[in-house]
Amino acid sequence: MSDLMTLAERVISAARGGEEIEAYVARGHDVEVCAYDGDVESLSSATTGGVGVRVLLTGGAEGPRLGFAWAGSLEPEVVAETVLAARDNAAFATPDAHLAFATPDGVDPAGLDLWDPTVGEVPTDDKVALALDLERRLRSADRRIRQVPSADYADERVEVALASTTGIRAFSRRTGAYLSAAAIAGEGADSHIGVGFSVARGFEGLDPDRVSTEAVERSTRMLGAVKPTSDRLTVIFDRRVVSTLLGIISAALSGEAVVKGRSFFAGRTGEQVATESFTLVDDPTDPRAFRASAYDAEGLACRRNLLVESGVLLGFLYDTVSARRAGTVSTGSAVRGGYAGTPGVGARAVVLAPGDQDQGAIMSLVGEGLFVQSIIGVHSGVNPVSGDFSVGVEGLMVRDGRLAEPVREATVASTLQRMLLSVVHVGNDLEWLPGVAAGQTVAVGDMQLSGN
Amino acid sequence: MASPLIEADVLERVLSKALVKGGEMAEVFAEDRRTGSAVLDDRKVEELSSGRERGAGIRVVVGETTGFAHTADLSEAGLVAAAEAAAAVARSGGGGTRTVGFPQRSTPPPRELVAPADVDKPRKLELLNRADDAARSVGGSITQVQVGYGDSRRRILVASTDGIHVEDDQTRTRLSVQCVATGDTGMQTGYESVARTEGFEVFDRIAVEDLARVAANRALGKLSARPAPSGELPVVLAGGSGGFLFHEACGHGLEADHIVKDASVYVGRVGELVASPLVTLVDDGTVGGEWGNFAFDDEGKPSARNVLIRDGVLTDYLWDWLRARKEGRASSGNGRRQSYQHLPIVRMTNTFLMAGTEDPDELVAQTPRGVYVAKLGGGQVNTATGDFVFGTSEAYLIEDGRITAPLRDANLIGNGPDILGRIDAVADDFGMMPGTCGKDGQSVPVGCGQATLRITGITIGGTAA
Repeated sequence: MSDLMTLAERVISAARGGEEIEAYVARGHDVEVCAYDGDVESLSSATTGGVGVRVLLTGGAEGPRLGFAWAGSLEPEVVAETVLAARDNAAFATPDAHLAFATPDGVDPAGLDLWDPTVGEVPTDDKVALALDLERRLRSADRRIRQVPSADYADERVEVALASTTGIRAFSRRTGAYLSAAAIAGEGADSHIGVGFSVARGFEGLDPDRVSTEAVERSTRMLGAVKPTSDRLTVIFDRRVVSTLLGIISAALSGEAVVKGRSFFAGRTGEQVATESFTLVDDPTDPRAFRASAYDAEGLACRRNLLVESGVLLGFLYDTVSARRAGTVSTGSAVRGGYAGTPGVGARAVVLAPGDQDQGAIMSLVGEGLFVQSIIGVHSGVNPVSGDFSVGVEGLMVRDGRLAEPVREATVASTLQRMLLSVVHVGNDLEWLPGVAAGQTVAVGDMQLSGN
Repeated sequence: MASPLIEADVLERVLSKALVKGGEMAEVFAEDRRTGSAVLDDRKVEELSSGRERGAGIRVVVGETTGFAHTADLSEAGLVAAAEAAAAVARSGGGGTRTVGFPQRSTPPPRELVAPADVDKPRKLELLNRADDAARSVGGSITQVQVGYGDSRRRILVASTDGIHVEDDQTRTRLSVQCVATGDTGMQTGYESVARTEGFEVFDRIAVEDLARVAANRALGKLSARPAPSGELPVVLAGGSGGFLFHEACGHGLEADHIVKDASVYVGRVGELVASPLVTLVDDGTVGGEWGNFAFDDEGKPSARNVLIRDGVLTDYLWDWLRARKEGRASSGNGRRQSYQHLPIVRMTNTFLMAGTEDPDELVAQTPRGVYVAKLGGGQVNTATGDFVFGTSEAYLIEDGRITAPLRDANLIGNGPDILGRIDAVADDFGMMPGTCGKDGQSVPVGCGQATLRITGITIGGTAA
């Protein structure tokens, strides 16, 4: 048994009568290499560990009360103090009959192998060489590339043990390796930045060619970009942008947001909320997903949840508490931001059912429109409660079914509700990206482009 | 004075070890952070939380290369192990033993404050309940209220072979209210917060009920909002509505890491006119109590007031130790890190436009048609092109010199140098607001400020033709 599980079990053994305890214990090893100008700019390595403890006082007549504490340490005395702090916090919380920890629900965890031992075995020198090689490659990839401000390699090994007095025992571990680079293309006073990246479970799966090609293509094709004329048109979103947008949609599909009246999907189960080409699943048991996981953040098995089928809203994602509030059961969708966070509802592996066409074919079908390569201002311009949507874009106009002149300093706007009902094409070019959603090309009609 | 996070003799031995393989500079950054927070949601105090994080990051600089390692183990053995890991980048092996000595430890001037850790939890929870009641009392259309409280005490110690030996003690307190209003047109949100580098005494001055009512009215007002316009219009930004405009339009572009890598539109422009002559922009980590304050930055440099743009002319960039060293100059006190687990990078502190002389009401009255932004909701910039966005979270149409219909949220987009040149009026009603700035995966607290000002034209990303 993992030493982390031993520690988690020791924590919960501190439970007194009239309380339940849950311990989340995590440890990570990280390496990061940044290359710049032919040299190693920085080389970082670290081991981190911490514990998050929830205490549920179950004695009260009005319902249980919940407290939480965390510490960035696995030292026994610090962990013991953390239990005391969580217990003390619980005493001041509002009693709530819906509060509960997860209990085993009979669903078996998917047999996922997310651990590539080579991440820990490959010598640091090889990781350094990969970053340096990427930087060198990018600098000579195209005469218009005048700067490579970053070319980074990073990897991580993460182990998590979760135990509770309600019968939960979940241990999982995963590795990840990342390669990314930014290139600045310039001609005269005109400069554009393009980012490329590659992710894999291990060192061997990384693809520096692809990082370089993407960074070069995304920076050079923007050269000469102008501010476009305002128009109402069809927008073709690149895969990476779609991944971001599906992440926002998934936040509105959180059962917690729904039961608390903070989702525009509330009360719309069974309704046509999107066009028929839109079928959306959250499936963390798919090993290709960047955030694939056997267990959710409360220790229940992750499972495949069909959320929207042929445009009809079927249901929402729940953790234990939001499910109890809604009168249903957890969908195994608890997530948390490491040992310092408490569980909340979230998607891990959202993916659209692929359509029939690739990006090129979708452009031909759309004919006239805008291809959006990247967006900014998601945090300030997209509201998952109201659905209001307005983001800064850069990309290229689509004319006669092909990419035409590059454009910048413009926005596209609509509402998330209307966008879902205006999806005209879903691509077959599915790609698993870092983040909670896969990406594929999607065309959305009737959007407002604001420029000159 | 509290005992140091790490004793001086231990620091000396650890730093000697860090340079054993060579290198120009070694540094220990130690941090001990305690946090407390509480969230009231759906009328219940759902979660009280407390956290503790303690550790040290060690960096060794060898030529153009930085080695970095961090550890949660502050014992001498733990620190030495991290020092050896950080020193692994130095391959010359020619360092040998180097004796390291420091000056006396510098500490921040003592400050009177009510330490949040000494305040009973029920007093903190009472703030949440008062805010919830006040928000809901604004009207039956307020259907959901979430109130968040948080405090933190962050002690840091920085010691380097450059003779730095300082400790800082930073206490921060915040409270935020988010409301949802529901009407025939759907739901809208309103947000307001207070966040100060102060203790619990901040609530002696600021009534949480006022914050809650502002947030509730903001959500309520937008229920009858019409879609924002699409296209270019004059914009009047209310005083204190969010200096994010400057944070995004030029602040990031003036950070020296972007400058030394030729990745900013402001490279090589010191001494040139980069903004309207009405623009004097300052970054100041010393302004009493503001969210981006500290006595020493995360490299041990005292915080400072730095004028970036004076009367429209670019005067300087923002510097940390590494980037300043490259240019043979001193840091401007802008080296910051999210925690001991991160390398310092160039960051803003409190960035603000100096007030002008005009009457804010006159600015509106002199604008026949445009958009009045009462509150901004953050933004983002592409430093390579200078294109930036900032979002509105409370905005109105200006018609015939009067503020009229409320508008739904939208992003505004412009190009930094271009928009800074289009500021044609600055009023005298200066105000600050807090925010969180994200860069390279690190979040730090910052302040932003400005008086009411007008931009002659900027693209508004709404849906109304």
